[in-house]
Amino acid sequence: MSSTPILRATEVSKSFENHRALDRISLEIPRQSIFGLLGPNGAGKTTFIRIVNQILAPDQGRIEINGEPLRQEHVHCIGYLPEERGLYKKMKVGEQAVYLARLKGLSHREAVERLRRWFERFDIMPWWNKKVEELSKGMAQKVQFITTVLHEPDLLILDEPFSGFDPINTELIKTEILKLRDRGATIIFSTHNMESVEEICDRIALINQGRKILEGPVDQIKKQYADHSYILTLGGKTFDPADIPGQDFQVLEHRNENGTAVVRIKLTGNAGINDLVRALLPHYTLKGLQEYVPRMRDIFIRTVNAQTALQS
Amino acid sequence: MNKILLIIQREYLTRVKKKSFLILTFLTPLFFAAMMILPAWLAMHNIENDENILVIDRSGLFTGKLTDSDKLHFSVQDISLDKAKEDFYKSGYTGILYIPHAPEKENPVFYFKKQPSVVSIQKLEHTLENILREQKLRKALGVSQQQIQNIKADIHIRTVKRDESGGEKAKHNEVSMSLGMFLSMAVYFFIFMYGVQVMRGVIEEKTNRIVEIIVSSVKPFQLMLGKIIGIALVGLTQLTLWIVLTLIFAGIGQSFLSSRLAQGPDTRQLMTQMMQNPSDSTAVAALAGGNAKLSQTLEIIGSVLSLPWAKILFGFVFFFLFGYLLYAALFAAIGSAVDTQEDTQQFIFPVTLPLILSIVMMQFFIMNPDGQLAVWMSIFPLTSPIVMMLRIPFGVPWWQIILAAVLLVATFLFLTWLAGKIYRTGILMYGKKASYKELWKWLRY
Repeated sequence: MSSTPILRATEVSKSFENHRALDRISLEIPRQSIFGLLGPNGAGKTTFIRIVNQILAPDQGRIEINGEPLRQEHVHCIGYLPEERGLYKKMKVGEQAVYLARLKGLSHREAVERLRRWFERFDIMPWWNKKVEELSKGMAQKVQFITTVLHEPDLLILDEPFSGFDPINTELIKTEILKLRDRGATIIFSTHNMESVEEICDRIALINQGRKILEGPVDQIKKQYADHSYILTLGGKTFDPADIPGQDFQVLEHRNENGTAVVRIKLTGNAGINDLVRALLPHYTLKGLQEYVPRMRDIFIRTVNAQTALQS
Repeated sequence: MNKILLIIQREYLTRVKKKSFLILTFLTPLFFAAMMILPAWLAMHNIENDENILVIDRSGLFTGKLTDSDKLHFSVQDISLDKAKEDFYKSGYTGILYIPHAPEKENPVFYFKKQPSVVSIQKLEHTLENILREQKLRKALGVSQQQIQNIKADIHIRTVKRDESGGEKAKHNEVSMSLGMFLSMAVYFFIFMYGVQVMRGVIEEKTNRIVEIIVSSVKPFQLMLGKIIGIALVGLTQLTLWIVLTLIFAGIGQSFLSSRLAQGPDTRQLMTQMMQNPSDSTAVAALAGGNAKLSQTLEIIGSVLSLPWAKILFGFVFFFLFGYLLYAALFAAIGSAVDTQEDTQQFIFPVTLPLILSIVMMQFFIMNPDGQLAVWMSIFPLTSPIVMMLRIPFGVPWWQIILAAVLLVATFLFLTWLAGKIYRTGILMYGKKASYKELWKWLRY
C-alpha cells in the first residue's frame, strides 16, 4: 500500500458573496481509513465535500487525489452520498440505479450484474420494478447507498449516511462501511452523530467557521483531552467534598443517588490513584472505579465553543 | 460526451413512455384530421335540406317571380292561409311561406314542420329582397330588367407578383397568411410547451434532491444540455408523428369521402397540368377557359405550389429548433432558481414577454409583413423564431434570414452560457427565495 494519501487538500479557500465558507483548509486523508469530517451546521463541511466532488471550484488551494491534481475523470473513483439526497420518483428502482451507475462509467451489463448482487444482499430485489415513490424512506436510502458504492470507488464520501435509518438498517450500513474499508476503500464520513464517530472513525478533522480546529486519530485526540480524572462510585454515606484532601485532588463533579454517589475527581498534585483510594476508604465503600475518557461529543462542544469565543 | 448521451436518453425515454405522451400524440392528429375533413363532409352532407314551399302571396309582388333554386322549390297558390295550415300535414310541403299585403310593414311568416336551416331562411330572405328591389327600381326609376342585369357587379382582384426578370406569379395572400400564422403559432406553442417541460424537469430534480447525486457524476452544464436536447427530441418526435398521423388519418377520411364523390376527368387533367407548371399565371387563365371560379381555385393551388418552400422548410426547422433551444436554456435557469412551480411566475413573464409580444403583434404583421417593425422583429433574436416564420411565406430575402439565423445562434450560445452559470448555482440552493439581485450574484460566482 503506497503512502500517498488518497486525498490531500492544501490551503483550500472558498468564499460566497459575503461569507468565507472555507478558510485555508488543509487535510490529508490516509488510504484505507474512515475519516470523520466534523463540525457544527454551516461550518463548511458540505462546501468542502462539494469541492472534492467538483460541484464547486475552490477560490484558492489545491486538491489532489492519489497525488494527482483533481480532474473530471476522478468522479469515477469517488462515490458521494449527499446529505440532501433523493431519487426520481416516477422512475423504476432498477432502471434508475442502472442509470446512476452508468453515469459513473459502468457499462449496462456490469451495472445490472452488480446491482443484482447488492439488491439480493439488502433484500430489496422484489422492488426492482417498482417505482421509487412506492418505496419507504428506509428502502430508498438503501438504494441510494447502493448506487453510491456500486462503482467500487476508492474514495467514498458519505454525508450523514445514517439519518433516516432505523437501528437495524444503521447496523447494516455500518457493517457495509467497515467491510468496504477492509477491502481497501477510504471513507470520508461527515456527521453530527458523535457516537457513530467514536464507533467507526479512525481519524477526524473538526471544522468550525470554515477553519480546521482539530485533526488527528480518534484515540490520540481522546488521550489529548483526557485530564487524569477518575470516576468513582461510592456508597456508605452522602458524598461530602470536604472528605477529600484539597491539595492533591480536585472534585470536578459529583451527584448523589439513592445513597450512592458518583464523583469525578482529578489528580492535581503528585498523588496517584492509590492515594485517592486510600483517602476515600475511611469514609466510603468503594463500589466502582474507572478512568475518565472524554467523549467525542464533549470534545466537539468544548473546542467549538472555545474557538467561537476566540473569534468574537 | 457519453454522459450527455445517457442523460438525453433518460430524458427522452421517460417522457416518450408516459401515457399522457401517447394519448396526446394520437389524439391530436385525429383532431387535426377531423378539422381537415369536416368542411368537405359538411359540403357533401349539405347543411341545407330540400324545402318544398307553398307560397301564399297576398301582396301579389312575387307571383311569377319566384324561381326554384336547387334546394328551394316554390309553388304559389291562391288559397287562404287557414286552409293551407289545416291541410299542411296532409300535403307534401315542408313549409308554408305567407306573404302579407305589405311585406315591408308586416313581416312574412314561414310555417314549418321540421326546423329549416339558417341558410335556407337566409336564402329565402335574400330572394325576396332581390325581387322587391328589382321591382322598386323598375317602378320608381323605370329601369328595365336588362339594365338591372347589367349593373350587377362582381369583382375579384388577381394579385400577381412580377419579379425583376419579368416572371409573373399569381399570389394569394390568404395562402401566405394562413401558412405564416400556422407556422409561427406552431413555433410559439412548441417553445412554450417544451420550454415549460424543461423547467419542470429541473424543478423536479431539485425538489427530489437527486440533482446533487447527478452533478457529482456529470457537470451541471452537461445535465442542463442533456435535458434540453432530450426534450427537444421528444418534441420533434411528437411533431413528426403528428404530421405523419394527421396525413394518414386525413388520407383515410378523404378516400372514404371521395369514394362517394365523382370527380370529373377534366378537373383532374387541369390539376396535373397545374402541378407541372404552377407559377405561370397566364397558363392558369388559359386552363380555366374563362370560368372565373375555376381559375380562382386553380390560382390558389398555384400559389400554394409556388410558395418559397425551400426557405419555409429551412426556416421552420431552423427557427423552430434554435428558438426552442434559446428559450429552453432560459427556462432551465428559471427552474434552477426556484424551489416550487408557484415561484416561477415572476421569472416566466419577463422571459417570455418577447414571445407573447410577437404573438400579439401577429395580426398587424400579417397585414403588412414587410413593414419596418415586422422586419426588425424578425431579425431580433428573441422574437425572430416567431416573426420570421410569419414572414417567410410572403417571401423574405435570404440576407435577412441568414442575418436573423446568425444572430439567433449567437444569442443562443450566449444565453445558454449565462443560463448555465445561474443553473450551476441555483440547483444547489434550497429554501432561498431567488430575486433578480440574487441571480446577478450567482452569475459571478
